[in-house]
Amino acid sequence: MKVHEYQAKEIFASHGLPVPKGEVATTVDEAVAIAEKIGGPVMVKAQVHVGGRGKAGGVKYAEDIEAVRKHASAILGMDIKGLTVEKVLITEAMDIDEEYYVGLLMDRASKSPMFIVSAAGGIDIEEVARTTPEKIHTLVIDPRYGAQAFQARRLAYGVSSDPAVVKGMTKALLTLYRIYVESDASLVEINPFIKAKDGSVWAVDAKLNIDDNALYRQPKIEAMRDLSEEDPSEVEAKEAGLSFVKLEGNVGCLVNGAGLAMATMDLVKYFGGQPANFLDIGGSSNPDKVVTAMKIILRDENVKAILFNIFGGITRCDDVAAGLIKAVEMLDVPVPIVARLTGTNEEEAREMLKGTKLHPAATMDEAVQLALELAGEGK
Amino acid sequence: MSIFVNKDTKLVVQGITGRDGSFHTKQMMEYGTQVVAGVTPGKGGQKFEGSVPIFDTVAEAVKETGANTSVIYVPAAFASDAIREAVDAGCRLVVCISEGVPVNDMAVTYKYVKERGAQLIGPNCPGIISPGQSKVGILPAQITAEGKVGVVSRSGTLTYEVVDQLTRNGLGQSTCIGIGGDPIIGTGFLDCLEAFENDPETEAVVLIGEIGGDDEERAAEYIQTKMSKPVVSFIAGRTAPPGKRMGHAGAIVSGGKGTAESKVKAFEAAGVRVADKPSDIVPLLAESYEPARKALEGR
Repeated sequence: MKVHEYQAKEIFASHGLPVPKGEVATTVDEAVAIAEKIGGPVMVKAQVHVGGRGKAGGVKYAEDIEAVRKHASAILGMDIKGLTVEKVLITEAMDIDEEYYVGLLMDRASKSPMFIVSAAGGIDIEEVARTTPEKIHTLVIDPRYGAQAFQARRLAYGVSSDPAVVKGMTKALLTLYRIYVESDASLVEINPFIKAKDGSVWAVDAKLNIDDNALYRQPKIEAMRDLSEEDPSEVEAKEAGLSFVKLEGNVGCLVNGAGLAMATMDLVKYFGGQPANFLDIGGSSNPDKVVTAMKIILRDENVKAILFNIFGGITRCDDVAAGLIKAVEMLDVPVPIVARLTGTNEEEAREMLKGTKLHPAATMDEAVQLALELAGEGK
Repeated sequence: MSIFVNKDTKLVVQGITGRDGSFHTKQMMEYGTQVVAGVTPGKGGQKFEGSVPIFDTVAEAVKETGANTSVIYVPAAFASDAIREAVDAGCRLVVCISEGVPVNDMAVTYKYVKERGAQLIGPNCPGIISPGQSKVGILPAQITAEGKVGVVSRSGTLTYEVVDQLTRNGLGQSTCIGIGGDPIIGTGFLDCLEAFENDPETEAVVLIGEIGGDDEERAAEYIQTKMSKPVVSFIAGRTAPPGKRMGHAGAIVSGGKGTAESKVKAFEAAGVRVADKPSDIVPLLAESYEPARKALEGR
């Protein structure tokens, strides 16, 4: 789960990190009021869960109130990579002297948290990693003991010899580690971490991603969830215990198991089509889940055919067939459905599906090719 | 022979009285797995299905029954503790089926298991089966057959799909292992490949990877430098959009890393054949593995 910059900054500030003054606004008038309260030049920053806000025009410097009004009206309602900006953060503009990157994430290779620090701050760290990897310093932390002060100090000295920066960054790194552990994060990041012209250091931006598996014990963070930032179908699917990701194609896919669901999408592409979605119904043949899954798929008007790909292991195919038949009876399905049910009790399932409008298929290859043919007819 | 589990596997089931635990314990017992004990705190002294003794702690279960392997079906919030309990009690192998274990907990648990010299499979995995010997987990035994192909995968049902195709083509398996779909797992591709290479009864290996992480890339290097047995691979997620978690917590392309293209490229560079689709796996295996060629010809 992602939280907004302003929410991450609240968490950072509550742990004692130096964060510039600021508040979030949903209207232009609110933005102006906040700017007046802060006094002096401010930044107007779009609050959306995508990277590259600056390049998209979602982050602007405002010298005076008139500029705040102008930028806030332009940014509120702006579309950034498919998301509408509903909130802007109005925050004190800092007099930046130096910019650094500091972050902490779960490193899969070492199976441990890893600090990333760079003197090339303020720009996309992935870009830095690609073009000038020598500017990136990393340090793996043993999660049993946590981050040690000497480790943070060593990292800070790696990018600066300015005593104020080293001291501020050392403290920031240790604080980030504490936030990371306490909030069950998968990523915490300050980009840029700056030294202002007066020598003080600040977290000018803030990013915090939380491990979805741990949300059950992070009620305060879960309450920060902004559903307007998420695809409504994906939210609905999640509530029903399904994994769903919308894609751009016209073949709706309904599969049990994430790996098989990905392989099914890939096969649609292999045979020249485009999948409309990723959907894993999980290990259950519960008809209600199948109905919800079908509803979500059918909401997408691009869908011209639906492909069921079920591998019955412990789950019995006849159970799934019963759920499928019920779902089709309950819903008015305007597109053809191809059903490939294989594994435990597949013969029984095939018998049950005889005489229905469903198109049976024996193998994955056959099912996908049939679905593509039918989707073509639907055009 | 086989890897990790065999006829000598003596299993304790953590969470044996739960919905999943009890269902799958019955399946494992029917298959012939030696289920010697169950653990559910508060239910010690009872018997499961009238025969398997239930204990309050794993330590007691191991002491009383000599269990050497544990399988875990407890809710995710308790899974890390269950893993540590099993290792502390002396289980050399722990298979964690539970899905949704907090990743930062797993980072510490992984170290805990390693420093005590034990082995963890999973979490968020379907388990492991050595056909004809032992099944630990939830893999459907009826699609497997005794034989000499090793199967290792990050997936569940996709593994079944591939195993089913092997079996239908007359190619049995030495061991099928699902290593799990989480970002941090106890046993990776490398561990399994090494074990298969050293197992005299395994003659060829099928590796099923997916997007996320770089375990496949490292597996490719290992196969090229260390393995003598033929390996065929498949990578799921070629059409997955970046930044989206595809069901499995670990199946995500982030920061341009962990793409299917990168994995396919790594395998191809290492001389490992990559199937474009699951149904190509057996034909590709036939190119380098004689029994597969004969099996296909005989059809």
